[in-house]
Amino acid sequence: MSLQFVVDGLLTGSMIGLGAIGVTLTYSILRFSNFAHGDFMAWGTYATLAVVSAIGATFGRMAPIAPLSFGWPLLVALVVGMAFTALLALLLDKVLFSRLRSQGQAIIVVMASFGASMALRSLLEFTFTSRPTYFSRAIQIAMPVGFGIRITPDQIALLLLTAVLVLGVHLLMTRTQTGRAMQALSQNAALARIVGIDVASVVRVTWVIGGALACVAGVTIGILVQIRPFMGFDMLLPMFAAAILGGIGSIPGAVLGGLIIGLAEAAAVQLIGAEWRAAVSFIILMAVLFVRPIGLFGVRER
Amino acid sequence: MIDIIGYGAFFLTTALIFSLVTLGLNLQWGLTGLFNVGLAGFVAIGAYTSALLTTPDDAARLGGFGLPILVGWLGAMVVGGIAAALTGMATLRLRSDYLAITTFGVAVVVQLVALNAQKLTGGPFGIGFIPRPFGSLAETPLLFNLSNLAVVCAVTLIAYLALEHLSRSPWGRVLKALREDERAAISLGKSARFYRVQAFAVGGAIMALAGALQAHFTGFIAPDNYLPILTFQVWVMLIVGGSGSNLGAVIGSILVWGIWAGSGTLTSALFAPEQQARAASLQIVAIGVMLCVILLIRPNGLFGDRPRRPRFGKRAKAAAIKSSFGS
Repeated sequence: MSLQFVVDGLLTGSMIGLGAIGVTLTYSILRFSNFAHGDFMAWGTYATLAVVSAIGATFGRMAPIAPLSFGWPLLVALVVGMAFTALLALLLDKVLFSRLRSQGQAIIVVMASFGASMALRSLLEFTFTSRPTYFSRAIQIAMPVGFGIRITPDQIALLLLTAVLVLGVHLLMTRTQTGRAMQALSQNAALARIVGIDVASVVRVTWVIGGALACVAGVTIGILVQIRPFMGFDMLLPMFAAAILGGIGSIPGAVLGGLIIGLAEAAAVQLIGAEWRAAVSFIILMAVLFVRPIGLFGVRER
Repeated sequence: MIDIIGYGAFFLTTALIFSLVTLGLNLQWGLTGLFNVGLAGFVAIGAYTSALLTTPDDAARLGGFGLPILVGWLGAMVVGGIAAALTGMATLRLRSDYLAITTFGVAVVVQLVALNAQKLTGGPFGIGFIPRPFGSLAETPLLFNLSNLAVVCAVTLIAYLALEHLSRSPWGRVLKALREDERAAISLGKSARFYRVQAFAVGGAIMALAGALQAHFTGFIAPDNYLPILTFQVWVMLIVGGSGSNLGAVIGSILVWGIWAGSGTLTSALFAPEQQARAASLQIVAIGVMLCVILLIRPNGLFGDRPRRPRFGKRAKAAAIKSSFGS
């Protein structure tokens, strides 16, 4: 068995992990599993793609940064895309989720997110058709790094970007007042309100972080694999499995869960075959639910 | 005229098969409050089980046991029920969201097995030559459609009457009690998990039966029939009809299937052939928005029996504050 699966697994895992951060935050703070999260991913990616094309049309083609397949336009577009996805999440919360939340039935919100997911995805299919597209069609030469492992410059850059983002979110959650407020709300909502935490602003921050990271995860998939309207929906099960494996509410847990699932998927692709990849997250999910439903770093619910 | 009757029979048959799925979902969600977003998986399990049991022998895959159609339907219900019971046992002691995620996973895995386990399911090409009740009448489409309609009507009616009876029985009352106030029901000595697993299994069996009916009605099944869109359609049917009401489930199914088929005809008339796929996705957008709007403005649907809560104004705010502190 070649060790290449480690690199593939870490890459898939970091995309799953970035997405799972949003899932775990919405679950622990807003208390519902958001089935539309995967579609935030796809929308962010298409928004980024649109901005890249717009920049290309206005300023002409720009050469990519030395060994990478993308240049400054993509980085600028990514920031715009992250802002767009965050706004999309906020908008959806305003018109749909927040109203249903105030009715006090959590599971209705889950159902609404399922409906919103269908509508969002099909809207993408309508606008961009279901044909896959790409940020760049250039082929990158993978560099050997020993032990039979090969890696492309894009992959290294995106792994570093993921690491920086995860560290940033972790610091935000543990070192800032906003982060502490988020943790407080997820641990005990009633008590958090009593001590005067501004719930509305915490909810906004949650959606902004979740949406922006979903966009990065989507763009990463777009650069390394391809862009399709279903790209986010197909990530939904791995993301949920990662969030539950890591323990709901835990950001390091979500990332670690993502990496474990990514590695397991990559190993399964090598050992069993690529067509069974999607079953891996289900098996891991079931194992966690039977053995340790609170996950690796979870806390028991009160 | 005969064409219209024939199409009407065909339309109603499909709508009633949908309503059977919706009845199963109503038992799970409407009566018991169990959230199933993978019902397409259970429908597929039923369809494939029945197809395997009843098709003539096929060298390319397992089985083709050539058994009578009724055996196929019973087998579908048993296997669908067991699959649902296992899913329930794994998740029903946990928060309700976990069941949602797990059922979602079940649908993904069933889809994967249908696509990849060629020896069992025929892979992407599916299973053909599924025996049809009254197949000998296929020469005269009208008679064939009407007799199929009669069969589906009979099955739906039996399921409807059985579910009505169940929901009024002591068993059904326990389920409602668990949905409304779990702590109170448990304090009266009812095992929440046990009753919920039962309800989930019966619901799964009904969905599997619907899948089997549909397989024998069309004579051919493929993995594409059981995509998440099916789950979504059935949910919209139940929400429109009003969760908790069996009558609502049936009428909601016919209504939504009417809207769906009608808008399908409309898009195929309005759009050029190469734009059809895009137009079809617009259809899904419209239904998705419809689901969200109904959840927002009329969560009880047409016939729902959920307790109404104040939605706007001071009373709503008071209720929201109360419920968030109560949890």
